[in-house]
Amino acid sequence: MARVIVDVMLKPEILDPQGRAIARALPRLGFSGVSAVRQGKRFEVELEGPADEAALGEVRKMAETLLANTVIEDYTVRVEG
Amino acid sequence: MSAARVGVVTFPGTLDDQDAARAVRLVGAEAVPLWHADHDLRGVDAVFLPGGFSYGDYLRCGAISRFAPLMEELVPAARAGLPVLGTCNGFQILCEAHLLPGALTRNGSLHYVCRDQRVRIEQPATAWTNSFDQDQEIVLPIKHGEGRYVASDDTLAALEAGGHVVVRYLGNPNGSLNDIAGIRNEAGNVVGLMPHPEHAVEELVGAPSTDGLGFFTSILKNLVNA
Repeated sequence: MARVIVDVMLKPEILDPQGRAIARALPRLGFSGVSAVRQGKRFEVELEGPADEAALGEVRKMAETLLANTVIEDYTVRVEG
Repeated sequence: MSAARVGVVTFPGTLDDQDAARAVRLVGAEAVPLWHADHDLRGVDAVFLPGGFSYGDYLRCGAISRFAPLMEELVPAARAGLPVLGTCNGFQILCEAHLLPGALTRNGSLHYVCRDQRVRIEQPATAWTNSFDQDQEIVLPIKHGEGRYVASDDTLAALEAGGHVVVRYLGNPNGSLNDIAGIRNEAGNVVGLMPHPEHAVEELVGAPSTDGLGFFTSILKNLVNA
């Protein structure tokens, strides 16, 4: 059993109004010194077997076809632990 | 002559399929219900992908619908020339399915917008807009939270140069790049737009106009000529 983490973020050039709204809310709550916030998604993929190169290749394929829309989003794949 | 048959797709969470079917019938065509879980386009002459919140908008709007069994039939048929119109969630699905370039993201304002929207028809040379005049201004309802059209600079330039921007907002409601409200594919048989023509076909129900009828008469003209 292994856990693979897929992080999906809007590409830097794509406007993230949710992140901007969060950044604007922070000073109102007393948090200072934040210049920007961007919001993304984290997927925890539990594998039945080990996270070998073949399994990671499959996860990358999942990210490419479903978890991320590569027109507007980037993704990273890493093994937890 | 038998009536043209226009398929109207229903996914779990689709909202506008009944309005779309009614609009199809109003112009004298037969509305054929298409079910997301079927591998069957039922021999229709054209397909309308209505709005709503298919699969609860889980993951991304249209991301799950794209892999529905019906879409496995629809995508190759659209690539082969079947006329397909997607409005709102239907537009999002067409982009997720890569039948149209770019993507729809959260409105720049973060607010859901629901209003009557003035738009300009910039490309009558499509299966769905040939009843309109070049640069004709019409009013259609919009209602969406994720309608901000984005695409890479190269894609935007290609859309503009190729005349693939079909509908443009007059007064941008959501921050769409280049005020884009709707686009077409290279062949002109696939069109997607955020506004709702199917909600603007009858004054009785408080529609701001009956301008939406033009999309439905266009497809009939197209099928009769074919």
